[in-house]
Amino acid sequence: MADDPTKKDATTPPPGGTEAGGTPPKSSEPAAVPPAASAQPAKPAEAVKLPETAKPADAAKPAASPAAPAAPAPPTAAKPAAPGAAAGAPAAPKPAPPAKEAPPKPLPLDNELVQRFKARFGASIIEATLDRKQAIILVAAAQWLEISKYCRDEEKFDYLADLTAVDWPKREKRFDLVANLYSFPKNERLRLKAHLGENETARTLIPVWPVANWLEREIFDMFGIRFDGHPDLRRMLLPEEWVGYPLRKDYDILTQDQAWVKENLGIESGQ
Amino acid sequence: MDPTRHNSTTEIETTVLGADEIILNMGPQHPSTHGVLRVKLKLDGERVAASECIIGYLHRGVEKIAEHRSYQQFAPYVDRMDYVAAVSNGLGYCEAVEKLLGAEAPPRARVVRTILTELQRIASHLVWLGTHALDIGALTPLFYCFREREEILKIFEKYCGARLTTHAFRIGGLQYETYDGFEEEVKRFCDDFAHRIDEYETLLTENRIWLGRTKGVGILSAEDAIALAVSGPVLRASGVKWDIRKAAPYAAYAQYKFEIPVGKTGDTYDRYIVRMEEMRQSRLICLQAIENIPTGAIMARIGKVLKPPPGEVYHAIEAPKGELGYYIVSDGTTQPYRVRVRPPSFINLQAFDKMARGSLVADVVAIIGTIDIVLGEVDR
Repeated sequence: MADDPTKKDATTPPPGGTEAGGTPPKSSEPAAVPPAASAQPAKPAEAVKLPETAKPADAAKPAASPAAPAAPAPPTAAKPAAPGAAAGAPAAPKPAPPAKEAPPKPLPLDNELVQRFKARFGASIIEATLDRKQAIILVAAAQWLEISKYCRDEEKFDYLADLTAVDWPKREKRFDLVANLYSFPKNERLRLKAHLGENETARTLIPVWPVANWLEREIFDMFGIRFDGHPDLRRMLLPEEWVGYPLRKDYDILTQDQAWVKENLGIESGQ
Repeated sequence: MDPTRHNSTTEIETTVLGADEIILNMGPQHPSTHGVLRVKLKLDGERVAASECIIGYLHRGVEKIAEHRSYQQFAPYVDRMDYVAAVSNGLGYCEAVEKLLGAEAPPRARVVRTILTELQRIASHLVWLGTHALDIGALTPLFYCFREREEILKIFEKYCGARLTTHAFRIGGLQYETYDGFEEEVKRFCDDFAHRIDEYETLLTENRIWLGRTKGVGILSAEDAIALAVSGPVLRASGVKWDIRKAAPYAAYAQYKFEIPVGKTGDTYDRYIVRMEEMRQSRLICLQAIENIPTGAIMARIGKVLKPPPGEVYHAIEAPKGELGYYIVSDGTTQPYRVRVRPPSFINLQAFDKMARGSLVADVVAIIGTIDIVLGEVDR
């Protein structure tokens, strides 16, 4: 088992947008991506060693000094009070961005990945966007299973991290079916979406990713979306006799509550 | 609530039983199910022929609640999902909302978050170790584990006033500065803890009974682990070297050196070894972090009323149980349009059936323990 091909090492991230589906980061957001890798250029090298008995006595002193200015400093003071040599580089641009930076918004995406999808599936790829540096591909629900299979086999998105839904009752097709994929070989994430109408069904993804079993049951439980080919589509978290689908936006909590109070307590609910 | 009313028509009940087959119901009130998990087992003699998990007894509709709260108001709710690792839940949620806003916590806040989250990982693994060993019959480790966990909870209590559901972090950074002596206390704990782990290992690692109860029990291959999308120590014990702290570093993890322990066979013993080693690595991360906590602000300037621009984000962190993801959709108002929590316990629990089939009844208890579930998170 130890040497099988699935034993992958995804621990070295490609520099920059690990979630961007291979696209370069948006140019207008300089501060958000690098996770403070540039901070403290000098110290980590020596901090890394950490022998068990590393300076037991005097370690307390250097550790205490950075905390000293902390006590009087008001928490929301925007400027880092007297940034030391270590914090100088990253601290300077910090306070500025939140105020002036353009707010993040979805942008159209057209990279190699999307082009490969379009070459293969044509009109079934409805839209590709980049939101907060995360790639999203909206596909036709009819091709949901085929495109998922392609993602796993050809594009190496071998891990279905999550499958869920969102309800937009005012839209013509009210449900978003959302699959968050991850690729171990590429260390990338990708989000697949499909729009579903109220009475439409989707093909089950269990043949592609067995994890979809419980996830689809939960979607059925919460949204009432049905999956064709699911072997065991029952409620997951709620009791079987539950009425309605709670995560739909038009789910009526009050009526349910009053009915429950009436039935179980035999009184009028005061709500 | 009558447990038999819950999902009564099941696959197991409707199948025709062989002459030696019986159905055994375990839970929802059973000391080794770690909460209110109900497992239905179809037994062929001593062997498990099939199993089914029935969950939902702790369902509180967390995702629905989120749609009726402001972003800040929802933050304390996430602590109540995985309630033995509340700090990790909070970190994931705060970072997800920060990403949605296009903001980022200041460096000092990120380092303090990292320290507290790693302490929480140790505390969570200690609960797992104590209860897991207890389920299998080793009584002693529980007392040792809770002794050390107490020290961590004391640090949390001093920092934010709460021990369990801490609400330690805020969207945009931290509300509280670290208290005087924070670094010393973390250091003292870490220094002590090195010997403590060795102590636990002398009790278990080469114990013949422990080996007999865990070696070769509940094997999950790497292919199955990926297909069932398990994550965290369960995935790594199957030999897949993947840790979100390395693959897509968040908080301040990119600054620190640590190893990712992996197993070979994916059995219960490997998962035990992986988690033990993870506690050592968490300890090293804490020690590196307290050496050099940056000075400066602890809160980003994000304003009091949060209205993230319309759009969506998926942010995942490496919680003690595995990949904890938040998928948040904003419609531009003060309340999230949709919050989806990707719960590691829920998805790892789905692999239970794969692990349990063919094993002995007595091993079922070991397998439930080794997945390390918290029902608050499974049911949400």
